[in-house]
Amino acid sequence: MSFLNIQNLSKNYGTVPVLKNISLEIEEGGFLVLVGPSGCGKSTLLNTIAGLEAINEGTITISAKDVSQLHPSERDIAMVFQSYALYPNMTVAGNISFGMEMRGVPRDERDRSVKQVSDLLQIGHLLNRKPGQLSGGQRQRVAMGRALVRKPQVFLFDEPLSNLDAKLRVDMRTEIKRLHQRLKTTIVYVTHDQVEAMTLATKIAVLKDGVLQQFGSPAEIYNDPINMFVADFMGSPAMNLLKGKMSVTGGKTQLMLGQNEERCVSIDLKQTSAALKIYKDKDVIFGIRPEALTDFASASYNGASIVKVNCLIEVVEPAGSDTFAITKLGGKEVVARLRADANVQAGQYSDLAFNLDKAVFFDPTSQLRIA
Amino acid sequence: MSSSQSQQAVKMGFATRLLVYGILLIVAIFYLLPLYIMIVNSLKPLVEIQQGNMLSLPHEWTVAAWSSAWSTAQIGVEPTGLKPYFLNSLLMVVPAVFIATMLGALNGYVLTKWRFRGSEIIFAMMLLSCFIPFQIVIIPSARLLGLAGLSGTIAGLVAIHTVYGLGFTTLFFRNFYEAFPTELVRAAQMDGARFFQTFWRILLPNSGPIIVVTVIWQFTNIWNDFLFGASFSDADSQPMTVALNNLVNSSTGVKEYNVHFAGAILAALPTLLVYILSGRYFVRGLMAGSVKG
Ligand SMILES: Nc1ncnc2c1ncn2[C@@H]1O[C@H](COP(=O)(O)OP(=O)(O)O)[C@@H](O)[C@H]1O
Ligand SMILES: [Mg+2]
Repeated sequence: MSFLNIQNLSKNYGTVPVLKNISLEIEEGGFLVLVGPSGCGKSTLLNTIAGLEAINEGTITISAKDVSQLHPSERDIAMVFQSYALYPNMTVAGNISFGMEMRGVPRDERDRSVKQVSDLLQIGHLLNRKPGQLSGGQRQRVAMGRALVRKPQVFLFDEPLSNLDAKLRVDMRTEIKRLHQRLKTTIVYVTHDQVEAMTLATKIAVLKDGVLQQFGSPAEIYNDPINMFVADFMGSPAMNLLKGKMSVTGGKTQLMLGQNEERCVSIDLKQTSAALKIYKDKDVIFGIRPEALTDFASASYNGASIVKVNCLIEVVEPAGSDTFAITKLGGKEVVARLRADANVQAGQYSDLAFNLDKAVFFDPTSQLRIA
Repeated sequence: MSSSQSQQAVKMGFATRLLVYGILLIVAIFYLLPLYIMIVNSLKPLVEIQQGNMLSLPHEWTVAAWSSAWSTAQIGVEPTGLKPYFLNSLLMVVPAVFIATMLGALNGYVLTKWRFRGSEIIFAMMLLSCFIPFQIVIIPSARLLGLAGLSGTIAGLVAIHTVYGLGFTTLFFRNFYEAFPTELVRAAQMDGARFFQTFWRILLPNSGPIIVVTVIWQFTNIWNDFLFGASFSDADSQPMTVALNNLVNSSTGVKEYNVHFAGAILAALPTLLVYILSGRYFVRGLMAGSVKG
C-alpha cells in the first residue's frame, strides 16, 4: 500500500496546462525524487502536494486520507524551500518554533523540541542569531530544522541544495541521506540535478513539460530509460545517442552507424530481440552509455556481448578516477569512459569495447524505446 | 564601506572644489534665510520689528511672542492661542496616519500575495485616486460627511484624510510587497499561520522602511493640509493650519509679526521633527521598495 498517492493530477495556470495527468506513488519511508529540466513543473507538483497550489483534477492521498482540499497546515507535511524562506525578523529559535507557536504548543514543549532538533543538526550555538547573520550552509540547516521539528508524515524539499557551493552541496546531500535513513520519514524531493536524484532516491519520477516521462527505481531509470529524453537527461556524461540503420544479411543483424559511406561503422548485434528485427532496413537510434564503451581491460566479459570497434581518439580528458575519450562514430561525437591509466592518445586509433548488453534502441520519430 | 565609497568618489581639483562648495553655500543661505528671519523675529519684541531691519538679531531676547502664539493670541474670536488647534491637528493626524498606513499595508498584502480576479483593476483604480485633485471632491465629500453625521468633526477629518491617503499608502505597500519573497508567505502557511497571523508576524515586522516612508508622507500631507481643514471643520475642530491662517488674519489692532512668526514655526515643528527623526529611513525606504533583492 502506497503512502503518498497522486492520481491523475492536472494543474493549469489559466488556460496553460502545467501538469498533465500525473500519477505517482511512494511507499512509507520512501525517498521520491522529482527530476527534470527547469520549468518542467517540478515545483508546481511539489506545491500541489503541499497544498500551496490548488489542483484542477485528480486526487492526492497521504496515508489513505484524501488531502486534496485541505489547507497546507492540515496535511501534516513540512517543506524546505529553495530560498530557505527563513523569517528574517525572527531568531533561529523563533524560526524553528514558529510552526509550533501557531499550533498552540506550550512554551516549554517548544523549547524542548527546538533543543532536540538543533542538537540533531548541530545548530545549537546559532539559536539566538537572525538568519541574516548565518552562512548559506547554516541557513540550509535551519530551514531543515524548521521542517524536522514538526515531525510530519511527509517532508517536501524544493531544490534545497541549489544555492550552496559545490563542496557543501555534496556534504549536505550525504547529510540529507543520513537523516532520511535515521528518521525514516517519507520524502518528496525536487531537483534538476540528476546526480542528486540518483544518489538520494528510492524512486525517481522524470518530468518534462508537465508530463511524467518515467517513474521507477534509480536503476530502472538509468538502465532502462523509456524514451530518448530520459536516456539523455539521466547520467553524466550523457548517454551517447547515435543514428543508425538496421540490416539483416544471412541471419546476421548489423547496425550501420552514420550515413556517410566511408565513415560508416558497422556493428554486429549478436542477440536481437523480435522488436528490433521489425526495424530491418530502417533507421533506429542506438544508445550506449559512456561506461559501456570502454577499453578492453576494463570491459567486463562475464556474459556480456562485447564488440570491438577500432576508433580514432580525438580528445582525451583525464578526470582522475576515469579517463574520458572522445571519438567519432559515423560522424557523430561519442564519449567513452576508460580506466584512469588507459593507454590512449589523442590522434591515434584504439580498440574500444562496446558492451551491447547495455545498449538501448529507440525509434527515431516517436523517440520511444524499442529494445 | 564609507572609506571605499570615498575612494571611489570623483577626484576634484582645489579650484573646482571651492566653486562647488561656494555655490552650495550660497544656495543654502538663500534657502535658510526665511527660517532665520522667522526665528530671529519671533524672539524680538514687536517694537523692534516695527523699527525696521528684519535681519538684525534681537536687542532684547524674549519668548513672549511664543507664549502668546501658543496660549493667548486671538484666533478668530477667541483669545485661546494655537494650543487647542495644535491638539486638534494631533487628534486628526495620528489616527488618520495610523489607519491609512495599516489599511495600505493590508491592501498591499492582498494585492500581491492573495491575488484574485480583478485585483489589478482594483489597484489601478486606487492608483487613479492619487491623481484626483482634492478640489474636485470637496462638495461630494461634504455631502457624504453630512450623511454620515460627521460634518464639522475631527472624526470627519480623520475619515476624509484616511480615504484620500489610501491610494498612496496602497501604492507604497503594494510595490514593496511585490518584491517581498512569496516563499516566506508560503512557509508561514505551511507553519499553520492564517491570513492575519501571516500579516502581523511575517509581513509587517519586515516592512520597516516602507512604514517609515508611508508615515512621513501621510503625516506631512495631512498635517500641512489646509483645504480639507478649512472646508470640513467647525470652529472647535479646526486643525493648526486653519487656526494659523485665522491668527494671521485676525483684524483686531496691530499686526503682531513676532507672534505670527512664532505661530508659523509652531505649525511647522511637528513635520520638521518627523523628518529629522526618520529622514534617513525616508531616503533609504524610497529605494527599498523600488529595487528588488
Ligand atoms: N504563477 C504562475 N503563473 C503562470 N505560470 C506559472 C506560474 N508558476 C509557474 N508557472 C509556469 O509553470 C511551469 C512550471 O513551473 P515550475 O513548477 O516552477 O518549474 P520547475 O520547478 O520545474 O522549474 C513553468 O513553465 C512556469 O513558467
Ligand atoms: Mg522550481
